[in-house]
Amino acid sequence: MDEIYLDNAATTHVSHTAAQAVLSAMTDCWGNPSSLHKKGLQAKLAFEKAAADIAAAIGAKAENIIFTSGGTEADNLAIIGGALAKRRRGNRIVTTAIEHSAVLAACSYLEEQGFEVVRLIPDSFGRYTAEQIADAVNEKTVLVSMMLVNNEVGSVLPVGRAAKLIRRKNPETLIHCDAVQAFGKMPIKVGSALDVDLLSVSGHKIHAPKGIGALYIKKGVRILPLSHGGSQQKGLRTGTEPLPLAVGMAAAAAEAVKNLAAKQQHFEQLRTRLLENVSDMFDVCINSAPDSAPYIVNLSVVGVRSEIMLHFLESKGIYLSSGSACSKGQKSHVLTSMGLSPEVIDSALRISFDDTTTIEQIDIFSQALHEGAAAIRRR
Amino acid sequence: MKEMILLKNGEIALKGLNRASFEDKLIKNARRKLSDLGKFNIRKAQSTMYVEPTSDEQDLEEAVQRLRQVFGIAGLTRCAVVEKDFDIICKTAAEYLADQLEDSRTFKVNAKRADKSFPMKSPQICADLGGYLLKNFPHLKVDVNKPDIEVVVEIRDFGAYIHANQIVGAGGIPVGSGGKAMLLISGGIDSPVAGTMMAKRGLQIEAIHFVSPPYTSEHARQKVITLTEKMSEWCGSIRLHIVPFTEIQELIKDNCPEELFTIIMRRFMMRIAVAAAEKANCSALVTGESVGQVASQTVQAIACTDAVCTIPVLRPVIGMDKIEIVKIARYIDTFETSILPYEDCCTVFTPRHPRTRPKLEDVINAEKVLDIDALVAKATAGIEIMDIG
Repeated sequence: MDEIYLDNAATTHVSHTAAQAVLSAMTDCWGNPSSLHKKGLQAKLAFEKAAADIAAAIGAKAENIIFTSGGTEADNLAIIGGALAKRRRGNRIVTTAIEHSAVLAACSYLEEQGFEVVRLIPDSFGRYTAEQIADAVNEKTVLVSMMLVNNEVGSVLPVGRAAKLIRRKNPETLIHCDAVQAFGKMPIKVGSALDVDLLSVSGHKIHAPKGIGALYIKKGVRILPLSHGGSQQKGLRTGTEPLPLAVGMAAAAAEAVKNLAAKQQHFEQLRTRLLENVSDMFDVCINSAPDSAPYIVNLSVVGVRSEIMLHFLESKGIYLSSGSACSKGQKSHVLTSMGLSPEVIDSALRISFDDTTTIEQIDIFSQALHEGAAAIRRR
Repeated sequence: MKEMILLKNGEIALKGLNRASFEDKLIKNARRKLSDLGKFNIRKAQSTMYVEPTSDEQDLEEAVQRLRQVFGIAGLTRCAVVEKDFDIICKTAAEYLADQLEDSRTFKVNAKRADKSFPMKSPQICADLGGYLLKNFPHLKVDVNKPDIEVVVEIRDFGAYIHANQIVGAGGIPVGSGGKAMLLISGGIDSPVAGTMMAKRGLQIEAIHFVSPPYTSEHARQKVITLTEKMSEWCGSIRLHIVPFTEIQELIKDNCPEELFTIIMRRFMMRIAVAAAEKANCSALVTGESVGQVASQTVQAIACTDAVCTIPVLRPVIGMDKIEIVKIARYIDTFETSILPYEDCCTVFTPRHPRTRPKLEDVINAEKVLDIDALVAKATAGIEIMDIG
C-alpha cells in the first residue's frame, strides 16, 4: 500500500540534500566554531554560511540570524526576550487568538509576570484586517506578535500592512511575526513591505531535521537572552552552535525557496482539485477561507468525529491531522475563536500539502474520505 | 505606471571635458553592483542617471540599497514614470506616494519643467497638484520651508517623473576613475576605513596583509578576508596580497634593539608594500595611521617609515580621532569584524618600551645587520594573491 502523507503542516520528511548536508557536517566539519584552531575556523565559516543561506531565503543578512532549537524557541526568545528588553516602555502585548501555542503560552507567561495581553478575535475564517490589529496598539504597547500563515486553517494575516500602521501609531513597539507555516512555501522578504523586527522560522516544516529553527532580528533591535552561558550567537542563544542541524536547515531552505512561484501554482491546483472532489458531499464544510494559503485546507465532515476519520484514513495509508498536531485531544483554540459550532470543530480535518503531493493522491484521498463518511455513519 | 531609480551625480557634474569618462565608470560600477538583480537599462541625462528595470519582478528596493554603496552618486530615489498628462500625474502621485504622505504631517510640491512644451508652468503644477493632494490627504499641511515630504514632479522629454524625499548617496567620485593604490590592512579598525575613504576619492584599492604563522592564526587571516569582502561592497573587487612575514619578524627580534622593533618592522612592511604596489601598477600606498595613536604613529616614526617609500603614502585618517574613525567603520559595516580579538602581526613581539621619537640614523644603523634586499625579495616572492568581491 502506497502511503499518502497530507500532514506537511505538522512536519515533513527530511530531504536527501538536507540529510547529506547534516551527515557531512557531522563527519567532516565537526570542530567547535569557538575553537581558535583550523578545525574551529572551518566550523565557524560553515556556520556563518548556513546563517547567510537562511538569511537569503527571507531577504536578510547572516548577521540578522540566530539559530534556535526550532520555531517554539524562536517565538519564546522573540516574545519574552523582546518584551523584557522593552519593559520600561510599557506593559501591553497584542497578539491574535489564533497564534501557535508557542506564542500564546509565551504571552501567558508574560501575563503572569505582570504584562497585559490582548488576544484579538478573528472573523469566521480566521482572518484579520490590518486596522483591527493596529487599533489594539496604544502608547503602552511594547510588542505585537502575529503569525503570517495560520497553522490550522491557513489564513494569511496582513502582517506587512499591519506593521506599517503599528509603526505609525507607536514606533517603539516591537513587531514579531511567527512565519513558521509561510517560510519556504510563499515568498517572504523582510524590509519595507514586511517591516517586522523579529521573525521566527522552523526547519522541520521545510524538509530539514527537527530540532532547528531560526529567529531573524532586524539590525539595531535589542532583545534579552533567555539562556545564559558562553557568548555564542551574540550572547542571545548561548551554547555550542548546532552546526550539523544549521547546515541541514540551510540546505533545505535554499531548496525550498527555489521556484516558489511554480510551487504556489501547484498548491493552487491541488486545492482546487480537492475542493471540487468534496463539493458533492453535502455535509462537508470548508473552514479555510478562499484566500487562505493554498497548501493548508481545513474542512469538517460534520457528524464524523475527526479522530475516527483520521484512524479510518490511516488504515488506508493516508495521513493527515485533526486540527493542529501539537495539541492532540484538545479542542482547537483556533476553530473555537473563529466561532464555529462544536459539531464542526469536533469533525475538523487538516490537509496540508508539500511540493511532492500529486493530483492522483488528492483523488485517492477524496475517494477515501467519501468511503469513510459513509462507513462511519452506518455504524 | 513604470518605476525606476533616479541617480543624482553630484561632484561628477562639475567635471569638464572628461566628464563622460567619469560617468561611464559610474555606470559600469552601478551595473556591476546590480548584476545579479536582472537586467537594468541605465541612461544618462545632464546630472541625472535613470536606472530602469526591464521586468516587473526586479527588486528595486534591493537595487536602491546596493546603489547607496556606489561612490559618485550624491543622491538617489525611486520614482514613478507616467505620461505627461496632468490628471494622471495627480492620480499617480497620490497613489504612489500614499504611504509616505500618510506618514507626513507637512508637505510641499516641487515641479521641474524641462519640457517647455508642457502646457502648465511650474508654479501652476505646484499649486494644482498641492491642492489635489490636500483634498486626498486632509491631514496634511503645506510647509514650503521644512516639509516632512517634498513631492517632486519632473516633466521631461520622455515622460513625467514623480518621486519624493531623495536618499543621500555615498558621494565622492567613481571607484577606478583615479588610478590604483595599495592599502596596508592589519585587521584593525582604521585600515578598512582608510581604504574605503580613498576609494571614495576614485582610487581602485588593492590590499596587502602580513601574516606570521604560527604567531598569527588562521582566524586572523580569515578576519582580514572578511574585512576585505565588506570593503568590496563599497570599493568594488579588491585584490588581496598576503605576505609571509614570520622570518623577518624573528630576525628583527633576534638582531635589533627591542625598542626599535616596531619601527624596523614597519619599514620592512613599507618596502614590501612598495614592491608589491609597483608590480601591481598602484601609484600610492594607503595606511590607516592617525598621529599619536600608537608608538609607531608619531610624526618622528612616520618620518622613519616614509624614508623607505618611493611612492606617496596616503593617510586619510591621519588627523581623525578614534571616535570619528569608529563612526565611519560602523557606517561601512567593518567595525564588528575589526574588533574580533585575534593576534595580528603588529601585536606579536611588541616591545615593552617602544621608542616614540626614533632617529632615522639610529634606525638605519640598527637594521644594517639584516640583509634587507634579500629578505624583501623573498617575502615579495612568497606573496599569495586572491581576488575578493
